[in-house]
Amino acid sequence: MSATDPIELSAAGAARAIAAGELAAGELIAAYHARAARDRLNCFTWLPDAPPPPPPPASAGGGLGGVPLAVKDLFCTEGVPSQSGSKILEGYLPPYTATAVRRLQDAGAVLLGKTNQDEFAMGSSNENSAYGPVLNPWDPTRVPGGSSGGSAAAVAAGLAPWALGTDTGGSIRQPAALCGIVGLKPTYGAVSRYGMIAFASSLDQAGPLTRDVTDAALLLRAMVGERDRRDATSLDFPGEIELPSAESLQGVRLGVPAGLADAGVEPGVLTAFERAVALAEGELKATVNAEIELPHAPYGLAAYYILAPAEASSNLARFDGVRYGLRAEDGDDLLGMYTSTRHDGFGAEVKRRIMLGTYALSSGYYDAYYGRAQRVRTKIVEDFRAAFQKVDFILTPTTPGVAFELGEKTSDPWAMYLSDYFTVPMSLAGIPAISIPCGLGEGGLPVGLQICGPAFSESRLLDVAHALEKSLRFDASGARS
Amino acid sequence: MIDREQVLHVARLARLRLAEDELEPMARELSSVLDHVARIGELDLEKVPPTAHVIEVSGRLRADEPEPCLARELALSQAPAVRDEGFLVPSPQA
Repeated sequence: MSATDPIELSAAGAARAIAAGELAAGELIAAYHARAARDRLNCFTWLPDAPPPPPPPASAGGGLGGVPLAVKDLFCTEGVPSQSGSKILEGYLPPYTATAVRRLQDAGAVLLGKTNQDEFAMGSSNENSAYGPVLNPWDPTRVPGGSSGGSAAAVAAGLAPWALGTDTGGSIRQPAALCGIVGLKPTYGAVSRYGMIAFASSLDQAGPLTRDVTDAALLLRAMVGERDRRDATSLDFPGEIELPSAESLQGVRLGVPAGLADAGVEPGVLTAFERAVALAEGELKATVNAEIELPHAPYGLAAYYILAPAEASSNLARFDGVRYGLRAEDGDDLLGMYTSTRHDGFGAEVKRRIMLGTYALSSGYYDAYYGRAQRVRTKIVEDFRAAFQKVDFILTPTTPGVAFELGEKTSDPWAMYLSDYFTVPMSLAGIPAISIPCGLGEGGLPVGLQICGPAFSESRLLDVAHALEKSLRFDASGARS
Repeated sequence: MIDREQVLHVARLARLRLAEDELEPMARELSSVLDHVARIGELDLEKVPPTAHVIEVSGRLRADEPEPCLARELALSQAPAVRDEGFLVPSPQA
């Protein structure tokens, strides 16, 4: 690549170059379309045959002026296949576009393609996609993480300048960490869920996957705003997302949970994490409290794997072969058609979670499972509230380990679920959290640093992440070789 | 432990047909996950209220005004089977 190759520009840099008349949007779109069309990582479930046209000049003021965007399959996009990684929605063409995507298009983003994901966003490795696994650009024998694995791998490999994903228990942050890029899960309610094919409605949030923190801020800024009247849980975002500028963390109080060393973290991940904390405290002059207590966080995973499947079992009741998607032809009456369609259309992990959720909600078990898990959720919310009295932000590794090998965890569901150990508590508490790459761990694979803050602290969170990013100087070139 | 009969019962509730060779792995995997999640039983949660929504919101209602909805032909456009102006399904008593 030459120094003037537009692929080398960050998304924000490309948007600036287009606005300044130094780069034609059509040229940038064509360059990414050509790269995406040569993808060997299985990142995309849909690409247009030809490069899409640049946006009309009317949207040039939106700040995204013509920069192409990869969008996770589960966002409904009018007239474009939206299958949520599932066979049961193969070929589904929605009659409307998700609010998050619509807002980005209104700000000048161009739909580059739809990205592969775990079926209905259930998975941490992208191996649960009906359209085949995505490979990690750092090492194609390894998983990219999930469920937004296609979005993360496409951004890391330079097949897209940035991407949209969703996070229910870590599905933006975990693949961002495993692919060495930035991923942000906003405050629950900050981004409309309208048009997102639902997994667990009390947890699902859309957010950006980007090469750097500034790009994440730019993309998020166009996603939040006035509440969406089509999503009863969406909220007016207080103020505007500011583009980050901090280069010091003086006066910022950071917390690190006590006992991290005993939490089953790989040595290389722990070393990279500790280096990041040391930089924050030394070079960046933050105050670090390494004894933060989140006593119920270790119960987060157990509560999550009751609540999320319970909500999923209810949400996925809509896939019955009547209104859209697959219909099995061997059911001889209505009930037989429903049960055969669901047998044929859902993959193994989705069936497992529907069963788990149905069991947890069933008569006689509701109080012991769902009811208790809802109470654990309250304790986790209270833990974070108490911690944020002492510190402004909390740091953890994003994942216990680096990207694992394809097939390594497919036979043991709980081993796979443990990938979400550090990301699930923030999802249960509804608070924003970002993963930024902080170094290389085992096998020279990227390690993610997770930073979380109180609800609606996104602008300050991005500022902290930006200062750390500058000081960490992560080398992302390993994903491009 | 979840046994085969419980798997069949839950599958009926979930409107999900499972093939014969899916039953035993499902029983084993559900039992294993339930063993792990059972640790929330260790906590004293007697006086703790359940969380239904994490961000405090007061009921904000929009004005109840009629407005156009999805056109019928669009709503029907993705259906596997359609007759006249509705979704076509097998007879419940076929």
